[in-house]
Amino acid sequence: MVTLSHYLFLGGILFSISILGIFLNRKNIILILMAIELMLLAVNINFIAFSHYLGDLSGQIFVFFILTVAAAESAIGLAIIILIFRNYKSINVADVNRLKE
Amino acid sequence: MTLSTLLTIAVPEIIILIAAMSVLLLGVFYKNTTSLFGITQLTLLIAAYFTAQLPIDVKLTAFNEMFIADSLSMFLKLLSYFALSLVLIYSRSFLQSRNLHNGEFYALTLFALLGINLIISSYHLLSIYMGLELLSLSLYTLVAFDRNRPEATEAAMKYFVLGAVASGFLLYGFSMLYGITGSLQIAEISSRLSDTSINPVVLSFALVFVVVGIAFKFGAAPFQLWVPDVYQGSATPITMFIGSVPKFASVAMLIRLLFQGLDHMVLDWQAMLLIMAIVSMLFGNITAIAQTKIKRLLAYSAISHVGFMFLGLATGTITGIASALMYIAVYVLMTLASFGLIIHLSNQGKELDQITDLSGLGKQKPWCAFLLLLIFLSLAGIPPTIGFYAKFSIIQATIQFGWIWPAVIAVMSALIGIFYYLRIIKVAYFDEPGKNLNQVSKSSNNELSVTLSINTISLLIIGLFPSSLMDIATLTSALIF
Repeated sequence: MVTLSHYLFLGGILFSISILGIFLNRKNIILILMAIELMLLAVNINFIAFSHYLGDLSGQIFVFFILTVAAAESAIGLAIIILIFRNYKSINVADVNRLKE
Repeated sequence: MTLSTLLTIAVPEIIILIAAMSVLLLGVFYKNTTSLFGITQLTLLIAAYFTAQLPIDVKLTAFNEMFIADSLSMFLKLLSYFALSLVLIYSRSFLQSRNLHNGEFYALTLFALLGINLIISSYHLLSIYMGLELLSLSLYTLVAFDRNRPEATEAAMKYFVLGAVASGFLLYGFSMLYGITGSLQIAEISSRLSDTSINPVVLSFALVFVVVGIAFKFGAAPFQLWVPDVYQGSATPITMFIGSVPKFASVAMLIRLLFQGLDHMVLDWQAMLLIMAIVSMLFGNITAIAQTKIKRLLAYSAISHVGFMFLGLATGTITGIASALMYIAVYVLMTLASFGLIIHLSNQGKELDQITDLSGLGKQKPWCAFLLLLIFLSLAGIPPTIGFYAKFSIIQATIQFGWIWPAVIAVMSALIGIFYYLRIIKVAYFDEPGKNLNQVSKSSNNELSVTLSINTISLLIIGLFPSSLMDIATLTSALIF
């Protein structure tokens, strides 16, 4: 039997993976973008699980908004990555470090 | 509730939305950016008029209690319009001289303002999130606006990644809150937290995520990673915008979520805010000493100022909120003046970057040097400038609450801060001019220098008569609850 706590664990694990993906990743900026998407999806799983558990629809409506915003966010993220590539000729995290003193 | 009342409550936001979309469209077809500047300023004026029409002592809600108009929203919105209007006046000549002056700038600032207004007026987790994303997405784009400069794009990427993480934390906290209370509406969350037996561990788990998300957006230590890089990397007018107007939204988000929604958890978030306040004040002021770039120095100074604001808010009292509201208004006024001065000095010739670029200012441009003196004395918190009174009211509220040692730490960190602010004044007045001093020609933009002078002198005048601003802040915070 799959209960609420199973979904919450799944959400928590996905969230932790995405945090690790952002802060441990030293290679590619696109991987960071994927990790951010994963983070939002972890939140979505939480919302849907609670919404079903509570029998209340507003959590599922929240998920629609998160999905829409996530799309806008990745569009802007990709645009920034294109600018980074034009200016640095690379999208390696390690190469983009001019602002350190 | 009839449609007309709904419209009266939300009419400033509707006007800003329409203006933002028209400016975006007009910017494509007309290259006359001066008229876009005029339209944007006119929009701010009309929105301010309609915001001021709303009653201050009644809480009006609209859209199924997702949207609220009360004293806090009126206070912060009017300040946002005013601050944005100054930002636009300061930015114009800088952007024109660097070929960045186009319609998108005005459209993006208006969309950011719409997001700020939405956060200030939101009374529902969904509308807080939507406002926050509207603001953040506009800001990421604005930072990347100077798109041929590698530093600007790098700053945009860092801001984007850390901002998205912050939104993720906040959302995770929201989802836990929703699971605990079964509601997304702030007043309802507050009432459900009071009368049910809720697992306190899960609740503090949710609270931690929400507070971390708010602290990220504020730029409070230890979540300040993005602040120095974004301040340094983006073009100066954008830095000025990011450093000023969105702070109003952050403080509104904090008051709505913690004071109005999670007011039963006051002991838990009080401790978190207090720790972050102390860490921010000490970290910001100590790190700022080592800085050689002026925008980076102002970034660390911003972190320490956020620490002061958090100290006022952490008390959780009406006086605490009043002093924090006072502080944020004063802080934004000082930020605008300091970046306005940087813009003024770097309008012609090369950009003001290093602190040593200011050397010899006192001999060559005595008036600019005098303005610099006033601004940095005010940032340091030295009487008779308003910066002193703002810090004083925060410390007064802290002592009234019975926190002696946080007040002592605040005074100590302010003393550390005086060192690097005075060093800038020393460089400007007593150091020999270097060969790289910027030559501001006499034909330099008049509206900018006049506005800058008025802005800076007002720091002194309000400092001499601070009671009226403090009365407004006290009235606002008394009417919040």
